[in-house]
Amino acid sequence: MAALVKWVALVVAVILPLVLPNEYYLQILTQAYVFAISACGLNVILGLAGQLSLAHAGFFGIGAYAVALLATKAGVSFWLGLPAGVALCALSGYAVGSICLRSKGHYFAIFTMAVGIIIHLVIQKWESLTHGHIGVIGIPGPGPIGPISFDSAIARSYLALFFLVATVFAITRLVRSPVGRTWMAVRESEPLAAAVGVNVMAAKRLAFMISAALAGLAGGLFAGFIGFLGPEAANVETTFNTLLYVMVGGIGSLSGPVAGTFIVYGLSQVLAVLHEYQMVIFGLALVLLILFMPAGLAGAMRSLMRPRPARVKPQ
Amino acid sequence: MMLLEAQRLSKAFGGLRAVDEVDLAVAAGSITGIIGPNGAGKTTFFNVISRALPASGGRIVFDGRDVTTLEAHQVARLGIARTFQATTLFGEATALDNVLVGYRQRTSAGVIDALIRTRRLAREERDAHDAAHQALDFVGLAGHAERRAQDLTQEQQKRLAIALALVAKPRLLLLDEPSAGINAEQTRGLIALIESIAATGVTVLLIEHQMQVVMQLCRRIMVLDYGKKIAEGTPDEIRQDPAVLDAYLGRH
Repeated sequence: MAALVKWVALVVAVILPLVLPNEYYLQILTQAYVFAISACGLNVILGLAGQLSLAHAGFFGIGAYAVALLATKAGVSFWLGLPAGVALCALSGYAVGSICLRSKGHYFAIFTMAVGIIIHLVIQKWESLTHGHIGVIGIPGPGPIGPISFDSAIARSYLALFFLVATVFAITRLVRSPVGRTWMAVRESEPLAAAVGVNVMAAKRLAFMISAALAGLAGGLFAGFIGFLGPEAANVETTFNTLLYVMVGGIGSLSGPVAGTFIVYGLSQVLAVLHEYQMVIFGLALVLLILFMPAGLAGAMRSLMRPRPARVKPQ
Repeated sequence: MMLLEAQRLSKAFGGLRAVDEVDLAVAAGSITGIIGPNGAGKTTFFNVISRALPASGGRIVFDGRDVTTLEAHQVARLGIARTFQATTLFGEATALDNVLVGYRQRTSAGVIDALIRTRRLAREERDAHDAAHQALDFVGLAGHAERRAQDLTQEQQKRLAIALALVAKPRLLLLDEPSAGINAEQTRGLIALIESIAATGVTVLLIEHQMQVVMQLCRRIMVLDYGKKIAEGTPDEIRQDPAVLDAYLGRH
């Protein structure tokens, strides 16, 4: 059943770009794919390893600015800039994680939020490098690979879809491996995990690195596709939007963050007409969600599909 | 041969000396008990030995090696396994996945192995599953591998916690109040299980409140009171020790 849903979703995703009425919708779709990659990244540290990191948009910004600045200042192609940005995010994830992960729970969330704000401020204020508020313009998009050109909106949406599918595939393999089991252990009980020989710090740091690298991948794609980049890509609001995608879809589920991104981001684009009230609607939706569906859409689906255990009546 | 030695081991919380210069030597292959009134520092002693808490003073020597400054996961990999007083499990996960985590210290497959499914991963997963099923079988949970840990009964959870501790073949097993929260009949089953663990050559050190369990299982017993060791000896010696009677029956 779950496998069927996944295949249907993939078929829809492949057909969708071909039937969308105009380029505007195609761009929204491409953006949704990109943000879904970022949401999957946040899900690795939050849903799998159980640590709420609020530095996520900071890493998204690092990846995006790496691609943008390497291309505009050093003439590095998108295809080299993207892996460079991802590697930079993984490295900074390792460094930041080594420090932040010494704190736990709320302290970790606050610590990482401060890191996110610092990254945003550095991007905003380092005008000689990033052009501050003006941002970076004229970022070249992905060049052709052999005969395949990525100049059209439709080709770019398939490229984004490719990276999203690869991301979900990779995370699925990790979850169903000893690595994923180790994260489960850390998430459920750190003292017990340590007592059976799990290096808790290393496990959390690995999740944090992968999470940062995926945020960087999404950021790099974002910069290359839009061609323009401002510091707001890295601000805390972007982190909270991503968090909303993950929570709506279902923290810790494999497909939840993708579904959550499509629903929330898609709605926010449709509701853009009602821009002023958008946050009111989402705020209310979030409260209701946490009250009635704390495990998100994926959690609700799971409990619908799981056969209910028979209740034994007391004699 | 002594497998574990605590030498003048201390743990202070501010001004409170929860463990106060305790010496203990545990012979390889033995079952040793730690008893004492509530708040005597028994669990703190365990926490310091398993490195869940840093020691304030003294040394811990395991198999001839000073492990006083190692981290919890490092002493676990050297062969010190433990259970927790409030039975701690990975509740959301299945019994099998719980035990598989316990075997993780024996494997080395990482991210790359998981992504491209290397032969090493396949081999280690096969070994891990074999070991996990054996451990579940050993504690009597063979039919419960796919059930969630939190859905098991209290007794089954205790047995699962032991399987989780045993799966990586430790040399020393620390059991913190194994009989807490289960009935007399289940306790008898647990005593038999602990005896069969010791029969496989695993050294057992256990904290216990129920005297009959301690007296039946242990050849040596250490008594703690207010963080200090007040007696050590065979069950018969402990039964007649005036300091022990004093600690248990009240002070004058």
